[in-house]
Amino acid sequence: MSLEILTYSFMHRALISGVAIAILCSVVGLFLVLRRYSLFGDAIAHSSFGGIALGLLAGVYPLWTAYGVSIISALIITKIKNKYNISGDASIAVLLSSGIAVGLVIIGLSGGFTIDIFSFLFGSILLVSVDDTILILALTGIILIVILLLYRQILYSTFNEEQAKVSGIPVEKINYLIVFMAGITVVTSIQLVGVLLISALFVIPNVTAIMYGKGFKQTAIISISFSIFSVVVGILVSYIFDITPAGTIVLLAIGLLAGTMVIKSAGLLSKN
Amino acid sequence: MSIVEINNLTVQYPDVKALDDVSFTVNQGDFLGIIGPNGAGKSTLFDVMLNLNTKYQGTLKFFGEDIKKSKKYLKEIGYVPQKPIFEKNFPATVNDVVRMGLRTESDENKIDEILQQLWIHELSNRRIGELSGGQLQRVFIAKALVNNPKILILDEPVTGIDQQSIELFYSILRELNSKQKITIIWSSHDLDAVNQLANHVACLNRTLFFHGISEKFFSDDELVKQYSEASMQEHMHHH
Repeated sequence: MSLEILTYSFMHRALISGVAIAILCSVVGLFLVLRRYSLFGDAIAHSSFGGIALGLLAGVYPLWTAYGVSIISALIITKIKNKYNISGDASIAVLLSSGIAVGLVIIGLSGGFTIDIFSFLFGSILLVSVDDTILILALTGIILIVILLLYRQILYSTFNEEQAKVSGIPVEKINYLIVFMAGITVVTSIQLVGVLLISALFVIPNVTAIMYGKGFKQTAIISISFSIFSVVVGILVSYIFDITPAGTIVLLAIGLLAGTMVIKSAGLLSKN
Repeated sequence: MSIVEINNLTVQYPDVKALDDVSFTVNQGDFLGIIGPNGAGKSTLFDVMLNLNTKYQGTLKFFGEDIKKSKKYLKEIGYVPQKPIFEKNFPATVNDVVRMGLRTESDENKIDEILQQLWIHELSNRRIGELSGGQLQRVFIAKALVNNPKILILDEPVTGIDQQSIELFYSILRELNSKQKITIIWSSHDLDAVNQLANHVACLNRTLFFHGISEKFFSDDELVKQYSEASMQEHMHHH
């Protein structure tokens, strides 16, 4: 039984998509966490819920409408935040509740909760199609390439906006780019962990990795490794024990965080 | 040859005029010390020079070009902020931070060279959140220098740096100016240090109180006394 599951093609698709999403969420999430935007992923995810409901109502593939709604609302909220000087956490709260509110109203109009809605809320990684897998791989590849190309600009403007500006980095454009990429990443990840648990993948592996006290690249690598571990083990274990993959993945990530905290408080993590 | 020309610079904030009709020039190779009490407009002046504040009247030219027309001059400037603000647990090493300053892709030797020059080579792999104030200051100087700027602009931190680091900082500045011929614009609170290091002085108190050769300023007891009294009044006013 235990080895047999590795021969199923749905499992191949789940693992390949899962690993891609794990890498994507770690990398994009690291910049969000360091910008004190930890809950931004959550807020976009909630707004994408409105998009999903819209898609279901209109008879369009829900993830397409989710991409549209998430990206637009992420950009709008960033604009509003800059223009009216609303703090990051307040703007996130606004985005979060508007998405759910819109989603609930639309779902009400279209006749109530269905099985589809639940699969978006809690993820359905074992059900990803070949097309989904290709889309996930393509988006992951594109976003990672963009980040690698603009690595210094993104890192510098995350580190200190003002100094990055003085160094001639177009900080505002970079900020919009990050938000845009976060929007795409969130909707892409919905299939893995669902709307409700997305921010876990953005935040937990990164918070864990930062504790190891390393430089930026090593921190990113540690975070990616933990993220991949949680996703792969989570998918396999949840299948074997017939439990929800999303919950298992997130609990494993939390386990790694807790383990790191224990190691750290025991003084086993050198500062250097 | 003057590489910085400031003409009739006025910055009006809603409640106060931060800078009032300030004009001066900086020549290639100058070491200019800008002194003035808190609230004298030093930070405002720096913000305008660094294109962080564009709401001003008057003109600023760097290398003969109006900074409203061209931002190319920023490539020739290294800037060391007064308080480097960053997340305490930001996962960046000294090496990472200095590398951020690098415009063209990594020239490992250049980074090593600068770290050695500033006595922070051994800290290369340390997280920046673990450094002392003096070490941090040198890291940010290294970041500013890594592109070979023509002008170094420094906003000197007021607190949190031990005496030994201050001495080291001064000797580094002297060497950068005399050996590497970098033009330095440096705001400081330490009159003695400005007297020793700078060859030009600008005294700012919203208006420009004095600008010229530092010997001229420091040898004129009356001028220094006037300045000190003005600063003291401003100081009392602030408290």
